[in-house]
Amino acid sequence: MIDAARYQRLSGLIRKESLQIMRDPSSIAIAFVLPVVLLFLFGYGVSLDARNIPIGIVVEQPDAATQSLTGSFEQSDYFSPFYFQTIQQAEKALEKHKIDGIVWLKNDFARALFSKHDAVIAVRVNGVNSNQANLTLGYIRGTWLSWITHYAEAKGTELNMPIQLEHRVWFNPAVSSRLFLVPGVVAIIMTLIGTLLTALVVAREWDRGTMEALFVTPLRNVEFIAGKLIPYFILGMASLFLNFFLAIWLFKVPFEGSFWLLLLTGSLYMLVSLAVGLLISVMAKNQFVAGQIAIITGFLPAFILSGFIFDINSMPPAIQFITHIVPARYYVAILQTLFLAGDVWPVILANVAALLIMLVIFTRLVAKKTRKSLE
Amino acid sequence: MNHSFLLIIALALKEFLALLRDKSSRFVLIGPPIAQLLVFGYAANYDLDNISVAIYNEDPGIASRELVSRIEGSPNINVLYTIEKESEIRPLIDNRDVLLVMHIDSQFSANIAIGESGVVQLLLDGRNSNTAMIALNYLRDIILVLNEEWRYQNLSQAPPAIIEERAWYNENLHSQWFIITGIVGLLTLVVTLIVTALSVAREREQGTFDQLLVTPVHPFYILIGKALPGLLIGLIEGAAIIGLAVWWFDIPLRGSLFALYLGLFLFLLSAVGVGLMISAICITQQQAVLGAFLFLVPAVILSGFATPIANMPDMVQLLTWLDPLKYFLVIIRSVFLEGGGLGLLWPQFWPMVIIALLSLAMAGWLFKHRMY
Repeated sequence: MIDAARYQRLSGLIRKESLQIMRDPSSIAIAFVLPVVLLFLFGYGVSLDARNIPIGIVVEQPDAATQSLTGSFEQSDYFSPFYFQTIQQAEKALEKHKIDGIVWLKNDFARALFSKHDAVIAVRVNGVNSNQANLTLGYIRGTWLSWITHYAEAKGTELNMPIQLEHRVWFNPAVSSRLFLVPGVVAIIMTLIGTLLTALVVAREWDRGTMEALFVTPLRNVEFIAGKLIPYFILGMASLFLNFFLAIWLFKVPFEGSFWLLLLTGSLYMLVSLAVGLLISVMAKNQFVAGQIAIITGFLPAFILSGFIFDINSMPPAIQFITHIVPARYYVAILQTLFLAGDVWPVILANVAALLIMLVIFTRLVAKKTRKSLE
Repeated sequence: MNHSFLLIIALALKEFLALLRDKSSRFVLIGPPIAQLLVFGYAANYDLDNISVAIYNEDPGIASRELVSRIEGSPNINVLYTIEKESEIRPLIDNRDVLLVMHIDSQFSANIAIGESGVVQLLLDGRNSNTAMIALNYLRDIILVLNEEWRYQNLSQAPPAIIEERAWYNENLHSQWFIITGIVGLLTLVVTLIVTALSVAREREQGTFDQLLVTPVHPFYILIGKALPGLLIGLIEGAAIIGLAVWWFDIPLRGSLFALYLGLFLFLLSAVGVGLMISAICITQQQAVLGAFLFLVPAVILSGFATPIANMPDMVQLLTWLDPLKYFLVIIRSVFLEGGGLGLLWPQFWPMVIIALLSLAMAGWLFKHRMY
């Protein structure tokens, strides 16, 4: 008898929340439009792999040797070379962002080549974007290395590097940044739905004064929380399916893991971010504050502190400590592993355990803060 | 004239009060952005200073020992494991215990002794391929240096051409300089956009916007009154964050302050315009927050904040023209690091003026024509 009443109260609240979601196009937009926009931007738009870097080439005294060197820059996919008569002209172009770097062969280059003197290739890059500058320098070095080996061969002298470096990149042999960005974006989208949307729901009741109306109902705390969570959980999981489908089918990200693990870890992460959202919501009591806190503690850390783009091991110890309380950190690790490496149990179990601990802590906090009382 | 000026002041004051009356609202405007700058300033970093490595050395010779000690001596590399079997490689990489395994061939020293090449193989975890490539570059540098030294030692081979590198503007290639200047734009955009996006939506939700519209105040004044708080808060916050970037993070400020603040003003004006436009469309605060978000996320991604615009496909590059943050990031990075001034930067200013004018006009029109 009591159970029936409880069931009725719960289903009533769920119905109310679901109707609010369905009637308000903005929640649907966050759950289905934003994922598509984000996946498209990251899948097609954003790339850390530079191609056709504009570089300026200055050759003060052209001859066969310099021609073969500039030829190897022209053939490389990484560069699109522009020629300048003097270094001053090239430096002007570098200042105006027309080119990202300069390769400068001074007039004694050919004479010094293979003599006792060093033939110097002077290289300048715009260092403002340091990551890009490092990559550009790396590509220039690579072009130079393969050129001197070939050039020496053509001249009949064998030029053996004492150490020859080979490398193989596992899980992503073509080194395409899309393959790790897309799974990371899935984690960010789930964070958005869980944290941002739910952060607003209880704050909205306070803002509109309907919280008092809920107080006078026989609704219990647990029922209140469950009723708020279940509709958003379903919304989030539907969005996960959509994301998964787009990642595999449109962006051709390989999926090496098993689907049931994706579902299981996905629902676990969804619950954690819902709990975070509710906690914000219960504490904030107005939508402006709830929105700001959700963005600042939920979305931006998921972007910057989760290891999605920036390497956690290289952060200072204090910041590394903070990353441990960012749930997205664990889910990004799970997703990148499931998509690219497969069911690697030690990685998955460790991160699932961390998420479970966070779930317990956050639901505890929510239950403690959700006192149906006026202050 | 004097009368309308007083009207605008009164409206702006009311907006400020609505925003700052609440203690937690005041706090969210000040505390989190500063905390974020500090946390992200240290966290958002492409430089690797703790590359975890396992070494699998099959070669007993001197050359390999020299190579291993070089690797161990590098400040950026942390050799965690020395392994003896090939079967140990896979679990180390799979479990993310190390970023890369370095395998030295058993013939390594012998080959070098007879003037051939000794082979070193690197196996990298490509789950974050950007990190993998940066780590690969670091190790390549160490090996490059060693190659040069060994070649000079055995003088039978003449030295070939060498490279002399210099980076402009950011001589030591600190990625912090790049990221923090970006965060200035990011945080001021977030705060300004949310403040303005909620301003009209809050009144719509509470039903006071209709009352405001039936007062004799012209919608144009309402627009200005709503725009002022966001603009002022953005300016103050932007100035504070710029101050922290200079004095706390020691980022050199080399160019014209006037250009920087003119850029900040125009950037905020366009952010306020977009915020008011969102606010005028939305009927509830929830819609406004989410609407702000739908603008914010693509705006950040397309701005060149973390990934270069030049790497994007042409179609997407066209879209970035609509993004005010893109122009402001060029301005702030140029003023800070390249010593830029108005002369070099004017192509970045006028697009923001256009975005600001169009979005503000659109918002004013929506004020009048979207009624519920």
